[in-house]
Amino acid sequence: MKSHVWRPLYVVIAFVVALLVFRFFYVPNDFGSGKRGFMYSFHRKSNEMEWKNQAAKYGTSGRERMHEYCSACHSNVVTVRTEKLHGIIPCEDCHGPAMNHPEKPEKLNIDRSRELCLRCHTSLPYTTSERHRIPGINPKTHNTGAECVKCHNPHNPSMEGMK
Amino acid sequence: MERREFLKKCILVVAGASVPISALTLIDPKKVLAANPDIQWAFLVDTNKCVGCGFCVKACKTENDVPFDANVSRTWVERYVYTKDDKRYVDSPKAALYGYTEARVDLGRGEFKEIDPKNVGKAFFVPKLCNHCSSPACTQVCPVGATYKTDDGVVLVDRTWCIGCGYCIMACPYGARFFHPVAKVVDKCTFCYHRLSKGLESACVNACPFKARRMGNIHDPEDPITKIIMNERVGVLKDEFGTKPQAFYIGLAQEVR
Repeated sequence: MKSHVWRPLYVVIAFVVALLVFRFFYVPNDFGSGKRGFMYSFHRKSNEMEWKNQAAKYGTSGRERMHEYCSACHSNVVTVRTEKLHGIIPCEDCHGPAMNHPEKPEKLNIDRSRELCLRCHTSLPYTTSERHRIPGINPKTHNTGAECVKCHNPHNPSMEGMK
Repeated sequence: MERREFLKKCILVVAGASVPISALTLIDPKKVLAANPDIQWAFLVDTNKCVGCGFCVKACKTENDVPFDANVSRTWVERYVYTKDDKRYVDSPKAALYGYTEARVDLGRGEFKEIDPKNVGKAFFVPKLCNHCSSPACTQVCPVGATYKTDDGVVLVDRTWCIGCGYCIMACPYGARFFHPVAKVVDKCTFCYHRLSKGLESACVNACPFKARRMGNIHDPEDPITKIIMNERVGVLKDEFGTKPQAFYIGLAQEVR
């Protein structure tokens, strides 16, 4: 072949070699395909561990186990409070994430806001939804601006439990 | 010893020696399963039980450090309202982070639609999240190999490897992906992979008071979630896309996609 063919070819070959060298040093060597093959799972293997090692914030899973978890220290209140209607709500929904609670956070940040109660207890005209079975109020007329917990006891929400 | 005899015995010895010791011990399937757990995580949503409280969204954003005020979320709850004069409205204000505290429907761009309570035919709430498809469109399109499906069936994003091009956001038929405003990479539901590997339930499953959200190992026939998926009438979203979603819905309406 003549040199006018070879010269641009050298440039191309040099480019490919440079690319391969760059790739050799830049791409982590744990890159590979999982069980799902190249199309769905071509990835850096160590990233799975990075996701697994993230710290969890919310505590024990499931509301039954959560009640057990909380009652390990707060047994006197938890057993009483979980028998009532609101016993289906996991403690952490209102009391905040409590993964390493006695140490960090030392004190839980309890959400006592009106907005928290209104998530379920706003009256919506949806007769076909489960929402309809929850007692609801109109937030625009029902003691506007007042915190619900001033009158209602969230751990004993029946009318007898009114403060 | 004759040559024929000798060869016969040789074959017998070689055949006996080639049987591994493990082949002679009885195999306990439970032990095998424990040593080599074949896990495929699947999600089950019971739309009949959802009341739209949004505790799942709140828990998800807290657990996974997704900014509260940004208009992005790994999971969200949709509200469907059908009127008696056959109009259909769907909304999900702030991904239902603060629940549904108003009867009016958010049409977007600051417009709202008041619906006469007497005109409401049926209404329901549908929780949504990444479907962790068996054949995910999003992982196919990634040009750098940053998003992938793990062997136990979870679709993850490699944050150090993602270049933020957004192809996967476009490819996902369910709108489950978004650009994380703080991490500056694509973010999505991980099924709380860090919690699953610690033996905990994902944050949204954990937070749901009504058990509308549940999770299980679909490869374990004894798992209660698997039993429901196998025996009851469940549906998946956008089956026609061929992505084989792994989030199953009880009580799915045709309008929910």
